[in-house]
Amino acid sequence: AKHTEHHEGRLYDIPLEEVKAVFPHGLPCRFQQQIQTFNEARVMVRKPALELLAYLKGSNFAHPAVRYVIYGERGTGKTMTLCHVVHYCSRQGWLVLHIPDAHLWVKNCKELLQSSYNKTRLDQPLQASVWLKNFKTSNERLLQEIKTQKKYMWGKRESTEEGRPLGEVVEQGLARVRSASDAVGVVLREIKQQSHRGSFRLLVAVDGVNALWGRTTLRKEDKSPVSPEELTLVHHLRKMVMNDWSGGAIVTTLSQTGSLFKPSSAYTPQELLGKEGFDALDPFVPIPVPNYSAREFESCYGYYLERKWLQHEKAHTEDGKAELQFLSGSNPRQLDRLAGPL
Amino acid sequence: TLRLVCTTTAVQRKNVGASGPEKYTEAFIKKQIEEFNLGKRHLANMMGEDPETFTQEDIDRAIAYLFPSGLFDKQARPMMKHPTEVFPEQRKIQWGEDGRPFHFLFYTGKQSYYSLMHETYEKLLNVQKHQDQLIAQDLPLQKEKRNLAGSRWLTKIELEEMLLEKLSDDEYSRFIQLLQKLAALPCADIEETYIQKFSKEVPVQLQKVVIEPLQYDERGVAFSTGEGKRKTASATAVVYDNGTGKITVNGIDILHYFPVLQDREQLLFPFQFLGRIGKHDMVCTVSGGGRSAQAGAIRLASAKALRSFVTEKEVEFMRQAGLLTVDPRVKERKKPGQEGPRRKFTWKKR
Repeated sequence: AKHTEHHEGRLYDIPLEEVKAVFPHGLPCRFQQQIQTFNEARVMVRKPALELLAYLKGSNFAHPAVRYVIYGERGTGKTMTLCHVVHYCSRQGWLVLHIPDAHLWVKNCKELLQSSYNKTRLDQPLQASVWLKNFKTSNERLLQEIKTQKKYMWGKRESTEEGRPLGEVVEQGLARVRSASDAVGVVLREIKQQSHRGSFRLLVAVDGVNALWGRTTLRKEDKSPVSPEELTLVHHLRKMVMNDWSGGAIVTTLSQTGSLFKPSSAYTPQELLGKEGFDALDPFVPIPVPNYSAREFESCYGYYLERKWLQHEKAHTEDGKAELQFLSGSNPRQLDRLAGPL
Repeated sequence: TLRLVCTTTAVQRKNVGASGPEKYTEAFIKKQIEEFNLGKRHLANMMGEDPETFTQEDIDRAIAYLFPSGLFDKQARPMMKHPTEVFPEQRKIQWGEDGRPFHFLFYTGKQSYYSLMHETYEKLLNVQKHQDQLIAQDLPLQKEKRNLAGSRWLTKIELEEMLLEKLSDDEYSRFIQLLQKLAALPCADIEETYIQKFSKEVPVQLQKVVIEPLQYDERGVAFSTGEGKRKTASATAVVYDNGTGKITVNGIDILHYFPVLQDREQLLFPFQFLGRIGKHDMVCTVSGGGRSAQAGAIRLASAKALRSFVTEKEVEFMRQAGLLTVDPRVKERKKPGQEGPRRKFTWKKR
C-alpha cells in the first residue's frame, strides 16, 4: 500500500498476509467478514486518517508523546481509521501496541484472580493471555531486539534475567497463564522506559479508551462492584496512556457501542470519558470523524458495484444510488448493512 | 346483472314503505308534524333565537349542544328532524270503501313498477314515431349526445324508494335496459326531462383542493408547508428548495430519530416517487403517536408540501398512488364481553 496523501476517497489494498500479521485482533468484525467475502482487504483513505498521518510524520519524538482522540457518531469509521494508522506505523517499523477493544477487559470476564504482585488488585488471565498472543504475532521482529533491563520474578521458581529479549517474557506469560497479567505489566513498563532512548518508535493504539475510566460490570465474589483501578490490565494501560514518556504517539478511539452505562446518543469525549477520564487525558488532539462525504460515498458505492455486491437491478441506477444515500444518511455502517441484503 | 357487493344502510333498514299497508296513520303523522313545529319554537326560545327563522341546521346544532354524545355512528345520536324524514313514506290504502282498487294494475302485484314500464314504453313509441316523421320529411336527425359519462342511472334501492315497492334484480335490469334504449335513440331529446328523472349526476371526484403557491423566505429560497396526521400523530413539514436531501425531525437528524429502516423508507417515498431525492431539504416537527404513526404523518405532510413544487398531472399521480390520502385506520374500540376489539375470551366447554 502506497501511503499517499491527496488520495482522499480512494480505497487501497492490504495484502492478506500482512493483514494476518499486523491485525490479528484489531479489525471490526463486519470488516473481517467483508475481507473473507471479497478475498481482499480494502480500506478507504479518509480525511481524519490523513490528518493523523500528517501529524505523526511531523511530530517531534523528543517531546512527550502526543495524544490523539478519535471520536464521532456511531458507525462512522473510527476503528477503521485507527487500523489505517496502525498499518501505516507497522509499515514504518514502529512497535505497535494495539488493544482492540478496552471494553472487552471490563465486562464479561469469567475468571478473576487476585493478583500475586499486588494484593489489592484483580487479574484477568484469559484476556491477558489472548492479548499477549496477538501482540506476539504482530510484533515478532521487534520483540527479539528489545532487551529487559531488570530481573523479574514469576512466583517462587521462575525468573527472567536481565538482558533477555522481551519475547521470552511474552512466552512466559503465555505459558503460565496465572501470571499473564503481570507479564503484560512488565512488557508495558519495559517498552515505556526504552522508547525514551529512541531505539524504536512506539505507537499505543487503544480502541474504546473510555472503558478505562467508566464502570465495570464485573463483581467480586462478595458481590461488590469492581472499579477499574482494581484491574491490573486497566491499571497498566492507564500508565501507558499517561503523557510522561517520549518517542512515540498515542492514538485512541472513543466507542459508544461497547461502553457501559452511557446513553446511546453520547459521542463527544467529554460525555463518554467522564470527568476522570477527561482530566487524565487532558491535553489531547481531538479528531472528529464525520459521515461519508459525497466523494467517499461515491467511491464506496463504486466499489460495491465493481465487486458485484449489489445484485438488485435498481441499485445500478442513479435513482438507486440516491436512495441508498438518503436511507443510509451517508453513514458507513448503515450503508454496509443496507447493501448487505441487496 | 350486477349485484351490489356492499349494501348501504338504505337496504339494511327494510323498505318499510314497501311492506304492508300503513303502520302510521295520516292523522298520526299530522300530529307528529304539529308537535315537531311546536318543539322547534320551544327550542328556538330556549336557545334565545328567533322562532320564525329557525332552520334545520340550527336545530341540529342546538341538539348537539344540549345532548352531546360521543358515539361514532351519526345516526345513533339524538336527533330532531321533520317527521317526513323520520317516518318513511308509506303506501296509502290502495282500494276504496267498496273494495275496488284505484289503480288498474293493482292485481299485478307491483302496480307502480308495471305502470312505470308502460309509461316508458309509451315514450319510446313516441320517439320512434317522431323519428319516422322526421325521416319522412327528410329533415336531419339532431343528435345531441347526452353526457353519459357524468351521469348514472338510479340504483335498485333508489328505484325501490321511488316506487315504494320491492323489486327483483331482473325487473330492475329490464327497466334500465329500456331506459338505455330510449336514451340511445336519436330524437330522445324530446323526452329528456322524463329521462332525467331517472338519472343522477356523478359527483365530481376531485374536490378541488387548492394548491398553495410557493412562499419565499429571506434568503430567496422557495419553501412550502404541509400538515399530516396518522393515528394520533400529527406532523408539520416545511420543504425547502435547492437542498441536499437532508431531513431534520424535531431538531434531530433522521438517522438518529428513526433508527428503523422502515420508517426512513416511508419518509423517502414521496421524494422517490417524484424523483427528487436530493433536491429538497426538509424540517419537520411531529408529536404524538408512536414510531410508525409519526413516520406516516410526516410522509403525508411532506407529500402535501411537495404539491406546490410539482405540476398538476404529478399531483394527480400522487393522489392515485395514495400519497395524499389521510389514513383512516385508528385503534378499534374494545367491546364488553370480549377481551379486545375482536378477540373473544377463551371458550371453555364447561
